[in-house]
Amino acid sequence: MVELVLFIVFGVIAIAGALAMLLHPNPVHGALGLMATMLSLAVFYVVNSGHFIAAVQVVVYAGAVMTLFLFVIMLIGVDQAENLEERLPFQRQLALGLGALFLVLMGLIGGTAWIAAPPGSSQPNGTVEAIADLIFTDWLLPFEVTTLLLIIASVGAVVLAQFEPRRKDGGDS
Amino acid sequence: MEVTAGWYLSLGAVLFVIGAGGMMLRRNALVMFMSIELMLNAVNLSFVAVGRHTGDLNGQVAVFFVMVVAAAEVVVGLAIIIAVFRRRASASVDDLAVLKG
Repeated sequence: MVELVLFIVFGVIAIAGALAMLLHPNPVHGALGLMATMLSLAVFYVVNSGHFIAAVQVVVYAGAVMTLFLFVIMLIGVDQAENLEERLPFQRQLALGLGALFLVLMGLIGGTAWIAAPPGSSQPNGTVEAIADLIFTDWLLPFEVTTLLLIIASVGAVVLAQFEPRRKDGGDS
Repeated sequence: MEVTAGWYLSLGAVLFVIGAGGMMLRRNALVMFMSIELMLNAVNLSFVAVGRHTGDLNGQVAVFFVMVVAAAEVVVGLAIIIAVFRRRASASVDDLAVLKG
């Protein structure tokens, strides 16, 4: 009963936030709507006993990523009106039609082919200990590779940020 | 009335379609990038819901890795958007047609 109420309330908030991102012409309002969506997804993670994942969702997504988005929106400026004129013929109609088709297909597949829970399975408990136990045993190599990915990403961000001024000065870029 | 994993999968599908629609309908590079994040989040929700349904904790570990990759992707993507904006003073992807033959 509690889960049903939580699902309805935060499901409505999540879809409303996503629609605000899709429809609002101002990117700042879109970013705030997306932040509401991410926070309600964190609530769903808690309901599904993913406590660690919920904390990471709030800190990384709703905190860091969306703050980064808002900073970039501030840098780029939101005063320019978005040109919504389509240059590709039929692109908008195709997008709406194919999106609706995808949704219908997902509903049909979700209604028919459904995986059965293995016998004797209990609800997993996603505490920090349990997640760390998996990450540092079964998923140790992928975990180490993500450190390489993060280093590459930060170096790439620095290189991209320095690219323009060097070219302007006619330096040896 | 019990909330099953199918409910969460349906919600994830709706969020994914909204994200895909934002990717196809909007022309602001930042909004398109936020749509990608929304699609990643929708898939994460499916991972967690099915992981609970099957009693498997590996779904949540997969969500953790998706979050790490998404954070790295956001850093590089926003740097690219800023680099493009400094050169062209526009955040609209329709203006980036210099590769057109």
